[in-house]
Amino acid sequence: MKGLLAKKIGVTNFFDQNGDSVAITVVEAGPCYVTQIKTIEKDGYNAVQIGFLPKKKKHTTKPLLNHFTKADLEPLKVLKEFKYDNYKELNLGDVLKADIFSVGEKVNVSGISKGKGFAGVVKRHKFKGGPKSHGQSDRVRAPGSLGQSSFPSRVYKGLKMAGRMGNSGVTIKNLEILKVETDKNLIFIKGGVPGPNKGILEIVKR
Amino acid sequence: MDKLSEIAIENIKKDIPEFNSGDTVSVHVKIIEGDKERTQIFKGTVIQRKGSGINETFTVRKVSHGVGVERILLLHSPKISKISVLKRGKVRRAKLFYLRKLKGKATKIKEKK
Repeated sequence: MKGLLAKKIGVTNFFDQNGDSVAITVVEAGPCYVTQIKTIEKDGYNAVQIGFLPKKKKHTTKPLLNHFTKADLEPLKVLKEFKYDNYKELNLGDVLKADIFSVGEKVNVSGISKGKGFAGVVKRHKFKGGPKSHGQSDRVRAPGSLGQSSFPSRVYKGLKMAGRMGNSGVTIKNLEILKVETDKNLIFIKGGVPGPNKGILEIVKR
Repeated sequence: MDKLSEIAIENIKKDIPEFNSGDTVSVHVKIIEGDKERTQIFKGTVIQRKGSGINETFTVRKVSHGVGVERILLLHSPKISKISVLKRGKVRRAKLFYLRKLKGKATKIKEKK
């Protein structure tokens, strides 16, 4: 297992080796730095904490600043733990770049989806809505019945209704890597990934 | 410049001849059948150019055995090996969709001098 933190750059087209045009998402993965190595003896489990994107010293709290100085690093914005297979070879302060991934690998990409605000049931749960014609006046995007009558005399918990949509963690699995540009730390991923451009993503290969 | 347009510039072709809607072109399109690869030539009038950067497309229309045929092609696709301009047309529009309604002699476009 391996993983990186990345920034979404945007969506564009790419011609694969067959000459077909494929929709891709370009992400800037790395340079990520190893900030902490957790071991089974000390922490109870094995993990590698990595950081991404520089941050100003004056915006960093003192406890966190000391955490970075231990690894001899400048402060970083995002910190996340990954389970690396080769955690024994990694040292504090090591740089991890996009080249740890190779073309053809399938990865899982997690991020925070775009917030949609308070959304109705048609948008949020893909309800059909009501009929537009035949004497209907206010049923076009309505949810319909919420349940039965005197029994159970209440609305069941977990019923799909309108509410806040988006702005939640989303993982998209098995996305193919089509190209890795090592000098610019860019990865071309086939298809879409969650979140807006400039959003922070986790790319994990299991 | 943002990184996306940098990627687009790396992937766009530089040897594309200048052509516009109204021009008659022949396009060499690579076709893969099984493991054989051959080139098909599609000749017709350009009726529109659309998009920019790596997404730019153009539409070529021809009338084959009395049936109108249109192909929308990606300008920078590696499947297009060659585009040659046969005639420069004199038109007053960028999109020549009116040609779809016309037949025979009326579809003829005046040549630019």
